[in-house]
Amino acid sequence: MYKPFAITLDVGSSLVNHTGSWRTERPVFVHRLPPCNAACPAGENIQGWLYHAEEGNYHLAWQEIMKENPLPAIMGRCCYHSCERACNRTRLDETVGIHAVERFLGDQAIQHGWSVTKAPPAHCGKVLIVGSGPAGLSAAYHLLRLGHEVEIREAAAKPGGLLRYGIPRYRLPRKVLDAEIDRIIQMGAVLRLSTPVTDLLEVIREGNFQATFVALGAQKSRWVDLPNDGSIPISDAIQMLRSLEDEIAPSRLQGKRVAVYGGGNVAVDAARSAIRLGAAEVTILYRRSREKMPAHSFEVKEAVEEAVQLKCLRTVEGIQQGQLVLEERVLTDGNEPLPTGRREFMAADLLILALGQEVDTDCCLAELPEINLLAGNLQVDATMMTGRDGLYAGGDMVPSERNITVAVGHGKLAARHIDARLRGTTYTPPATAKPATFERLNTWYFADAPSTHQPVLSLIRRQSGFEEVLGDLDESNALFEARRCLSCGNCFECDNCYGACPDNAIAKLGPGRGFAIKYDYCKGCGLCIAECPCGAIEAVPEEI
Amino acid sequence: MSDENAPEQKVKFYQKGTYTVGNRLVNVRQRSVQASMDRSNSLTCGHRACQGCGEALGARYAIDAAMRATNNQLIAINATGCLEVFTTPYPETSWQIPWMHSLFGNAAAVAAGVAAAMRVKGLKQVRTIAQGGDGGTMDIGFGCLSGMFERNDDVLYICYDNEAYMNTGVQRSSATPVAARTATTPAMGANPGNSFNSGKNLPLIAMAHNIPYVATASVAALHDLEAKVTRAMSLHGARYLHIHVPCPLGWGSAPHDTIQVARLAIKSGLFPLIEAEHGMVTATVPIRQPVPVTDYLKLQKRFAHLLRGGEENARKLAAIQTIADNNIKRFNLVRKEAPRV
Ligand SMILES: Cc1cc2nc3c(=O)[nH]c(=O)nc-3n(C[C@H](O)[C@H](O)[C@H](O)COP(=O)(O)OP(=O)(O)OC[C@H]3O[C@@H](n4cnc5c(N)ncnc54)[C@H](O)[C@@H]3O)c2cc1C
Ligand SMILES: Cc1ncc(C[n+]2csc(CCOP(=O)(O)OP(=O)(O)O)c2C)c(N)n1
Ligand code: SF4
Ligand code: SF4
Ligand SMILES: [Mg+2]
Repeated sequence: MYKPFAITLDVGSSLVNHTGSWRTERPVFVHRLPPCNAACPAGENIQGWLYHAEEGNYHLAWQEIMKENPLPAIMGRCCYHSCERACNRTRLDETVGIHAVERFLGDQAIQHGWSVTKAPPAHCGKVLIVGSGPAGLSAAYHLLRLGHEVEIREAAAKPGGLLRYGIPRYRLPRKVLDAEIDRIIQMGAVLRLSTPVTDLLEVIREGNFQATFVALGAQKSRWVDLPNDGSIPISDAIQMLRSLEDEIAPSRLQGKRVAVYGGGNVAVDAARSAIRLGAAEVTILYRRSREKMPAHSFEVKEAVEEAVQLKCLRTVEGIQQGQLVLEERVLTDGNEPLPTGRREFMAADLLILALGQEVDTDCCLAELPEINLLAGNLQVDATMMTGRDGLYAGGDMVPSERNITVAVGHGKLAARHIDARLRGTTYTPPATAKPATFERLNTWYFADAPSTHQPVLSLIRRQSGFEEVLGDLDESNALFEARRCLSCGNCFECDNCYGACPDNAIAKLGPGRGFAIKYDYCKGCGLCIAECPCGAIEAVPEEI
Repeated sequence: MSDENAPEQKVKFYQKGTYTVGNRLVNVRQRSVQASMDRSNSLTCGHRACQGCGEALGARYAIDAAMRATNNQLIAINATGCLEVFTTPYPETSWQIPWMHSLFGNAAAVAAGVAAAMRVKGLKQVRTIAQGGDGGTMDIGFGCLSGMFERNDDVLYICYDNEAYMNTGVQRSSATPVAARTATTPAMGANPGNSFNSGKNLPLIAMAHNIPYVATASVAALHDLEAKVTRAMSLHGARYLHIHVPCPLGWGSAPHDTIQVARLAIKSGLFPLIEAEHGMVTATVPIRQPVPVTDYLKLQKRFAHLLRGGEENARKLAAIQTIADNNIKRFNLVRKEAPRV
């Protein structure tokens, strides 16, 4: 080769110079657990399905939800969404409206008739499920997906448990409920309605069931003993709400003065239903202060908007001549309500008790010797199995926060353990990643984008019927809402690391395939780590 | 969703990834050059810049964008300085484009000659870029540069401003900010650091030549930087681009903070992002989330002496804040408008 004067070496690329040897810390891609996922009692991969929804890929997003939770349209409406309280975006502006997107996806599935294809039954077991509430439905669904045969026995005339006989239709329209239950039944579950199980062992023996999941709920209302001259009829919230399933006579409580005793969500549902049944006056009586009401504040707010009155720091002491005898309480310094002895009278035509529910201990299980009903709750181990081998339980009847999402989570967990049992293996839940905390994000890269709120039904229509209160997000809003997700702790392929490396030491592998770090050249400056919006890269010290 | 031919997305998008290098949710055309798998990597791996070098980053950003804009028909002329030294230790080169180095102070003149040669050879499509550090551009190379402007030679001159002579060990230049510590303005004595009322503003001087295009850019504002390079390459005649590139070594900042430091320079108003054509300002980038200058200063050891308290320091900090405030006023940088970066 011709070389100019005084040039002795061939020119070559600096690629021969491996600057990676300068490094004392290496960047590595990690997966962290986003707070929303960590908070979901049903174990949904929220961030994972938002990722698909962001692209407008609703079917894929829905399928991702369905891996964990068979009831997205119901969840999107009634779940108390602990995910949103945990959402990191709350620290920027407002939480991502996870429930609204979930509802949108659930409704898309119903609209388009999307269904789940059952896994090929490699080994088929036969499982009995008692109770068709969310826990039973979830167990049935997951067992079906895992290739088992299931039979559900239900005492009531229709399936759904408290989804149907508790949650009023203004929060959960029945066509939505029916569609999501039908989809599970269509997968091949045998559902036997109006079939209360009384002798469990007999049913198991007869049907040759290899495992059983019971989820009977906690539907027995607590009552109080009141000095009562019989001048005001007493009912309980469960009874009242249950009666709404069969016929709604819009004027059933026309002109009546209704008192609801209790401060939980159930009391609020009963009160709001009474308004819709034409009651002239509806008052919630609660023994502590308003701040202490266990009902969710947004539900209390909606109730107050609908003209439900709140009388807090009151106990009901008796019923006399068409009046409730109330006792006033005061808050002490320690915020404890103390009785004052001061009496107050309140005219009423109906008293509805909403003082909580208990597990029916006279149920079909009580006789079994291995069963432990501690403090009225059925005890289970970490695999959701009761003291009796092969008998699993979940939902409201086991010790837990009682809500539909916990119930769905129980059903899923029990199904996975039952599946393992029937296959002679054990189920080990996947290890959880370290949390994706807010501090790890580089929020500069996220534009301000306040949440879109769902439309709310007009007050007049809310007060006069059982039409759904919260409306749908339309598609563009759902898409917007999904895109507000910060992708905490997991790469969303924004290309920041690929762009920010002064040493060109990050290779882009293409859509869906992420990035690779060229350790031959990475000097370990940490720029990619600092500029990653979602905290998906970490510094690991090199061995020197 | 995001194919090449989809219509321009006008929606005010991006809750997520709005300001990131790429974004899988927008059209390929609307993503940055740096986001593309086939960017030219004009400045490739194995160079010997320090960890977190802003100049290495800024040069790849700018030259890759120019390569895209010229369909890869590009020659670069480099002044002496870090960018030249760390990319081309004989016999290696990190440049994947035709590239030439002559002297410290003559890059503008050499580039003018290269552009003339291309014209004479009838290679109209081949475009010329000159590039250098702030010392090579604003001090020693200033005569050649002003001549290139004044003759309106068909060259884009890019100055990578790291605010001192870094390659020879951090000596003060006319771009060194007031109060900053350098090897020649030590943080000692009654007036530590670079003296007040010194230095010059080259983008404004370039504008005074009435050349077709002058702009400032930053490694912390990639989309803006690429848009400016692209605009510059769509024009002919003398053009000037001044890019702010933090130097972890000379500034005493952490290597992983390079982009953050550059970002704070923008957010504080100390480094305004502007664009001018034929001597008139045509656009400025409004500041998103403004911050006080101390947020910027405190990440850099070259300003550490200023932050040790005392009346004198308070007065100096107020003076630096005034510089930022004046920039904000002069270019109307804090206003109600969706910022580009
Ligand atoms: C009014 C009200 C509103 C609520 N609102 C919400 C809400 O908005 N969000 C939320 O998360 N949670 C809500 N909850 C709580 C939630 O409904 C329960 O936590 C959840 O339904 C529990 O599910 P489960 O499957 O354990 O039991 P359940 O839903 O109670 O279902 C148990 C089923 O078992 C059947 N069964 C019982 N005994 C037998 C037997 N011997 N043989 C056959 N079948 C039997 C019952 O008929 C019933 O269908 C509400 C509860 C009430 C009462
Ligand atoms: C005429 C001449 N004087 C001095 C030098 C020594 N020298 C080489 S690079 C450099 C400093 C470069 O500073 P700048 O242009 O700001 O670029 P940086 O290294 O900071 O990127 C100096 C003084 C030289 N090469 N030629
Ligand atoms: S921003 Fe997204 S990933 Fe992060 S907590 Fe909220 S929904 Fe989950
Ligand atoms: S930005 Fe590049 S050099 Fe710096 S740590 Fe990341 S991969 Fe390594
Ligand atoms: Mg310099």
